This record gives sequence, structure tokens and C-alpha cells, in this order.
Amino acid sequence: MKKLTRRALGPLALASSVATFVMGYFITPPDKVQGELARLVYIHPAQAWVALYLSFGAATIASALYLWPRTRSMVADRVAASAVEVSTLFIGLTLLTGSIWGRPTWGVWWVWDARLTSTAVLGVLMLGYLALRRANDDPQVRAKRSAVFAILTAVNIPIIHFSVMWWTTLHQGATVFTENRHLKIHGSMAWTLLLSFIALSLDFAWMVRARYRIADREAGQRNSELDAALKARRTESAS
Amino acid sequence: MIRLILLVAQKDLLIERRSRVLLWQVAPFGLMTLVLCGLAVGPNASTQAKLAPGLFYIVMTLVALLVINRTSQLEASRGTATSVQILGIDPGAVFLGKGLAMFFQLSIVGTALLAGTTVLLHVPLHAAILTLPVLLLATATLSLAGVLYGRIAASSANAGTLLPALALPAFAPVLIAGERAFSSLIAVGPLARWVWLLGVALGAYACVGLLLYGALEES
Repeated sequence: MKKLTRRALGPLALASSVATFVMGYFITPPDKVQGELARLVYIHPAQAWVALYLSFGAATIASALYLWPRTRSMVADRVAASAVEVSTLFIGLTLLTGSIWGRPTWGVWWVWDARLTSTAVLGVLMLGYLALRRANDDPQVRAKRSAVFAILTAVNIPIIHFSVMWWTTLHQGATVFTENRHLKIHGSMAWTLLLSFIALSLDFAWMVRARYRIADREAGQRNSELDAALKARRTESAS
Repeated sequence: MIRLILLVAQKDLLIERRSRVLLWQVAPFGLMTLVLCGLAVGPNASTQAKLAPGLFYIVMTLVALLVINRTSQLEASRGTATSVQILGIDPGAVFLGKGLAMFFQLSIVGTALLAGTTVLLHVPLHAAILTLPVLLLATATLSLAGVLYGRIAASSANAGTLLPALALPAFAPVLIAGERAFSSLIAVGPLARWVWLLGVALGAYACVGLLLYGALEES
């Protein structure tokens, strides 16, 4: 079952992404007010969901598992690092698609809006996480510091969010639901939006898995190189 | 616990008193940055007064980075961390003690910079006096956050350049809240929400620090 899920993940991610593209680009009608520009709704909210909630949630849980002595393992560290790398990519894409939507709507590529600013700050924090990982060679030190930094960032997210929200905001409200939890989007548009969330979540899972495997192999390579160096040293001292 | 906190703070302040880094390096840097900000804004007094809160908190953040870097360097010297571990000192006490020492240092520099801002950037005196409690709250938040980020960056390769990359984005809420509160005192505006935000940030950093500083010390 596990093997089947592993094998099916890639094709499923690809198929759902293609289906989202076809439905979003060819099947759904243009919006009454925003016209063709509204098609960005089939990609932008799903990207933000992956960037801000799914990947960062995964990184925080994995970091907490690493810091908890009973569940401490390098698997958790590698999952956290992989999730943050993918998150950084998705944050970049979220900002890019948001800018593409903002230029014709607001007249500028960038505004000092609450969501844009908080997402950008979070993106810089993610780059800091990646810089921190590259600044420490010892895997244990690196894992511990990165885990604390990830949790610290998670605690910071609501503070950053509220600070920039109170500071200034231009961003539109909720896209999918009204304040009374009723759907604001219907028919093929609603199904395509739902599909985009599933597709990008599967893409995220596939990317994290691929990145994890690379990290795992890199660690294996380092260990075998170390073993070979130790063996050579022992042989040298024996002879 | 309180005795340990005071001992750790006393140790850091004693080192500072002997080295005088704050007096001869950090404070002049802050004042020079403030003068440069004034030059960049231009001689118009009303523009200077309008931008003063933002410029003041940017300078405070840069000064805080210098103090954090200096404090974390003290702990990074060979054998210090091992000695602390062998002595079995409560990591929470070390965290709060270092935060207290940093708060004391930053408060002194912050007050001096606020006086400089009042004179150089034409801030009304009543606003500068009223913003002092908010400045102390912001300084306390920066101090606790600084101890954590300083410890994370310490002993890493290129710790000096890594620290701003890690800490500056996290300082953004403190900068926004401090600047908004200061601006509200110059021209009437909402103040309570910014003080509340600073309080929440302070509480969050205190809780995370007490919980996780031990894990950082182990590394």
C-alpha cells in the first residue's frame, strides 16, 4: 500500500495539475467583473495555501517532533528542511501571481498591503532558515537550531500578520466563503478552485518527498565518505 | 531563579562596564546613523518630524543588532557554553538574565537616541516623553528576541552576517508597533492596539525562550 501510494503520488500530482490547467483555462467562463484575469484565482489562493499553511505547518510539526526528545530523529529534520525549501518556492510564486493580478487591478506591481507585506516578511524568514542550515556543518547542531528557528517563526506569524494588517490593508477579503460561511463561487469555477487546492497540495507532497530523498542520499554519501576516510586512516596507522 | 537571573545579568553588565563597547562604539554608531537619516530626509523640519518615529525605530533596530551580536559573541568564546552546562544553571535563568542585561543596555542607548531624535528631527517634547514607556516595552521585546536569535546565529559560519538575516524580518512587528505608537503620540491616533501587540510579542518571546533556550544551549 505504502509503495503504491509512493508510486501513485507523482502521476496523481501531474494529472491533477493538468486537469486544473485545462479546466481553469478552457472550461470555466471568464468572470463578469474581472474577465480573463479572474483565472488567476485557480492558482493564486492554492499557492498561498501551500506556501503559508501546508508547508509551514508541516515544517513546524516536524521541527517540534525533532525537538521533543522521544521523537527526535534526523527524518523529522529533513522533512522540516524539505518543507521549508518548497515553501520558499511557493511563497515566491504566490507573490509573483499576486503581482501579476495586482498590476491591472490596482495599477501597480506592489502595494504595502497587509497580506503582501506579511507574506514577503515570511519569505525573508524562510530564506533566513535556509541560510542558517548552510551556516552549520554539524548535522545535530544544524537540526536543533533550525528547529528552534522554525518554531520561533511559527510563533511570529500571527504577530507579523496582525501588525501589518493594522498597519495598512488593500487586499480583498475572503474569495471562497462569505462571512456567514456561504459559498461565493459556484459551478465549474468552484470545482476548478477545489481541484487547484488538491493539485497543488499533491505537487507539494511530491516535491517534499523528492527533496527528502535527495537530502537522505546526501547524508548517506557523507557517512560513507567519512567511513572510507576512517578506514583509510586505520589502514595507514596499521601499516 | 531570580538570583540566577540577576547573576547572569550582572556578569554581562560587568563585561560591558569594563569593555565600554556600548559607550564608545554602539552609541556613537546610533547617533551617526540618526544624523545620516536627518541628512537623507533634508532640512524641512515638518518632514523630519513626520518621518522621525520610523527613522528612530530603524536606528534602534540597527543598534539592537550590534548589541545582540556583541552579547552572543561573549557566549561564543571557547568553553563558555560547556561551563554553563557543567554548572547545571537553569537555561531559562540564563535566557532571562541575558535578556535583562540587554534590556538595560538598549534602554540606555534608546533613551539617548530618543533625546537625539527630539533635538535633531524636531519631535515635540511631550510626544518624546510619552513614548518612553512604549520604547521600554519595545526594547524589552527586542532584547528577549535578540537573545534567542543571537544564540541561534552564534558559532555559525559568518555569524555576523547571518544574524541580521535571521533577526531583522522578525523585528518587523516591533518596528511597526513602535513607530505607529510614536506617530500616534505626535499626531493623535490609536495607541492601545500597538502597545497590546508589543505586549503579546514580549509574552510570546518570553514563553518560547523559556521553553527552547535549553535546546539551543545543548547545541
